[in-house]
Amino acid sequence: MSGQQKTIVSIENLEVSFSTDAGAIKAVDRVSLEVAAGEVLAIVGESGSGKTVTAKSILGLLPETATARGAIILSSRDGGGAPGAGSSHNNDVLSLSKKQLRGIRGSDVSMVFQEPSTALNPVYTVGWQIAEGLRAHGKYTRAEAKAKAIDILGRVGIPDPETRVNYYPHQFSGGQKQRVVIAQALVLDPGLIVADEPTTALDVTVQAEILDLLRRCRDEFGTAIVLITHNMGVVADLADRVAVMYQGEVVEQADAVTLFSDPQNDYTKKLLASVPHIGQGALQTVERASARATDWQNATPVVVASGLRIEYPGRFGRGGFVAVDGVDFEIRAGEVLGLVGESGSGKTTIGRAIGGLTRVTGGSLKVLDHEMNGIRERVFKKVRSDIGFVFQDPASSFNPLLTIADCVAEPLVVHGRAGNPREARARVDELLEAVQLPKSYGDRYPHELSGGQRQRASLARAIALEPALLIADEPTSALDVSVQARVLELFAELQREFGFAALFISHDLAVVDLLADRIAVLYKGKLVEEGTGSEVLGSPKHPYTQRLLASLPVPDPVEQASRREALRALRADEARAAGTS
Amino acid sequence: MTNSPTRTKSTPTSTRLPRPARRSLLSRLPVVHQLRQSVGLQRGMLVAGLIITGVFIICAVFAQFIAPYGFAQLRGPDGQFGAQLPPSPEHLWGTTVGGYDVFSRVIWGAQTALEVMIVAIVLSIFLGVFLGLVSGYFGGWLDRILVVLADAIYAFPSLLLAIVMSIVISGGQSNLYGGILAAAISITVVYIPQYFRVIRAETVRIKGEAFVESAKVIGASNARIMVRHVLRNSTRTLPLIFTLNASEAVLTLAGLGFLGFGIEPTAAAEWGYDLNKSLSDVTSGIWWTAVFPGLAIVLSVLGVTLVGESLNDLADPRLRGRRAVAAAAGDVAATSVVPGGTLEAGLGGLSGLEGCGDFDDSGTRTHTDTSHTDTSQPERRQP
Repeated sequence: MSGQQKTIVSIENLEVSFSTDAGAIKAVDRVSLEVAAGEVLAIVGESGSGKTVTAKSILGLLPETATARGAIILSSRDGGGAPGAGSSHNNDVLSLSKKQLRGIRGSDVSMVFQEPSTALNPVYTVGWQIAEGLRAHGKYTRAEAKAKAIDILGRVGIPDPETRVNYYPHQFSGGQKQRVVIAQALVLDPGLIVADEPTTALDVTVQAEILDLLRRCRDEFGTAIVLITHNMGVVADLADRVAVMYQGEVVEQADAVTLFSDPQNDYTKKLLASVPHIGQGALQTVERASARATDWQNATPVVVASGLRIEYPGRFGRGGFVAVDGVDFEIRAGEVLGLVGESGSGKTTIGRAIGGLTRVTGGSLKVLDHEMNGIRERVFKKVRSDIGFVFQDPASSFNPLLTIADCVAEPLVVHGRAGNPREARARVDELLEAVQLPKSYGDRYPHELSGGQRQRASLARAIALEPALLIADEPTSALDVSVQARVLELFAELQREFGFAALFISHDLAVVDLLADRIAVLYKGKLVEEGTGSEVLGSPKHPYTQRLLASLPVPDPVEQASRREALRALRADEARAAGTS
Repeated sequence: MTNSPTRTKSTPTSTRLPRPARRSLLSRLPVVHQLRQSVGLQRGMLVAGLIITGVFIICAVFAQFIAPYGFAQLRGPDGQFGAQLPPSPEHLWGTTVGGYDVFSRVIWGAQTALEVMIVAIVLSIFLGVFLGLVSGYFGGWLDRILVVLADAIYAFPSLLLAIVMSIVISGGQSNLYGGILAAAISITVVYIPQYFRVIRAETVRIKGEAFVESAKVIGASNARIMVRHVLRNSTRTLPLIFTLNASEAVLTLAGLGFLGFGIEPTAAAEWGYDLNKSLSDVTSGIWWTAVFPGLAIVLSVLGVTLVGESLNDLADPRLRGRRAVAAAAGDVAATSVVPGGTLEAGLGGLSGLEGCGDFDDSGTRTHTDTSHTDTSQPERRQP
């Protein structure tokens, strides 16, 4: 962005250690960073790399179990300094007292959190919450504070801010809530905003809007931003400079264009290589299609949905919520169907209905020749041995009190293939090897495995009975991009080997493209588009698919800039179309 | 990658099964484990609580060896003890207005208190846990009815309820076992709702966890899911309520005794009864008949509560105190072995595996996570 501007924050040789039950653990190791005014610095790295800890220490937000060494020099925007900090314009955050820290938080540096729905207090209006920061840092009358809140809400793009200022958080959508959180961070006009994964909890289409807003923060407010993310697309879209962190250290620092075009460090190269791109899966799909028998098309499909409708009962006196509305699709034997859609589009509901976890309320859903509409659990229980299920969150999908071997043996024991987990151990070892986990991992407890390992064990459990159908509900969305790449590869390999049909649910088009033979796009409970990867992603017909595709940030700053323009044009078209109709 | 030097690194390629180092059986026992984990003030509280509780339990178990006289003994070899005697070598803590030896009554009283505590808690734990599990897991009308019932019981003052129960069960007064059972059952009725609510809340929470759903899609039966997956995970808070209720059980028993609904002095020694009988002594300057049973009640309750509170604090990683670490101490936890773990990385061999070390990323990650989910989980406490 600039060369002549002053430095807002400079981190020098920061070291942070945590006291844990297993002794001391160092999270940040000799990190030195600088952020200039009006610059966006992205800190990328996988979970546990120390990026969040580094960013949080800028606000002095480390937990009590942490000890820090080094210096974080933060400049005061108005040159006033924190109260009691003397005449200095710069403060070393690590040496400030709690009172001085309160002084700089909000006015010199503020934070945007990952999950907008938990960052806002549900029992206060958003206006009150924005004004809270003002009240903490100066004297404002009620009317002044409200006027300021209305002003800032308008500037972050909340329509009709005079009315909305009195709304409660639940009256806003997820993206709007994140706008409110950003407004809260901006209201005192700090020199620096720390944004911790600001778009991770949002849908791709909303993410693009929030990234636009953050860019405007930089351009219009002149705010420097420290952006913490694991999404390389987001980095390419927003960042001016990128710092790559690995195991507590900054391994590479460069401006965004250089980093993406010419990464120096090995880790950076591998990290960039593991980001899935659209179009990667096309070759694989063609190869698999050609390998299939000719009469494959005529075989009975594993899953047939026609006019499938799933409605959740509403509260007394209110209508139910229709999650899935008249969806038709089929999954043939040995085929991977990718189901894409934003949150609330009904994609998980469809997966759960096939697994018999959610009741079908209308239409027809045939799973392995069993009609699910009105099926009894007793009848379906036998069918369950032919269905595997992989859940989204690897942290909670294992019983924390059972070893991995016991967990993987569970389906074998339940369906009588083994009397107890010990008898099943030989088969469990085979399964663990199939998902490339050492046999000895069977004796560990789930918390002793990392997220990627747990997800692999979850795959082992799902394929234990060699099912004809596997339902994978966002199996990689809780994983780091590097780990995700390996889990996806493993999934593809297992699918080749065992030949099960699969429903692969994801919000990430690139991930689905990598694996799926066909892609179905869901939007507000309706199936808007279905076809092979090249059909849907190459020439999307439905406007929603087009927008979804255009919103997906690609890990290349130059290409992303042009895509941004394309998206803007698309949105303008849509707005015009909506205006005329 | 840098692995912790203190941990043995498992070698996945060797033919023998390298098991991760397990803690010894002793250190995995509930209280011992927490004792090792604790530091500073929390350790002090826990140790104090354990000592007081230990003395209480020893007194209760070995009452007949420790106490010089029986709980209903009025005469020694030299004839009648005499009433309201001050402390002396024969009667260490003096005698009561009824002519009993205070020291012996206090020691024997511990036995009664412990018996009532155990019976009451065993009864209420089994019933409460069972009802909570069934009610929380199946939900529906059964759940509604049980919750309303539990709420209704909450609405009564617990002592009043205990009095009513003790009248219903034993007509107010009775012999040793009748008295203990009456007291225990009346306490049980008051505490079942607490266990019920806690287990039900945990069950409802765990029912929504992915591992229960995953057991469902596997096809496991309801009974199997309830016992193997839900129950085992929902008993986490039981030791806490257990200890807190144990102390309340002592108080309720003493309250019943004090009000005259307890156990006959000839059937068993009981601190509440002794306190009641010493009421008139207090005004006439006879302190020993009231102070010692009173202290016994206070100390036994204090000891058990200290244990309970410390266990509660230690069970929660956010409340657990830890030794401070030196700045920049410790090793960097390995986040992954293959940096990035790219698509080309050797898929066939075990050598290309991510994360073979004992340390995984969760060690550091849980810390950064808890700092911003700090307020999301309010501490579960019983009223």
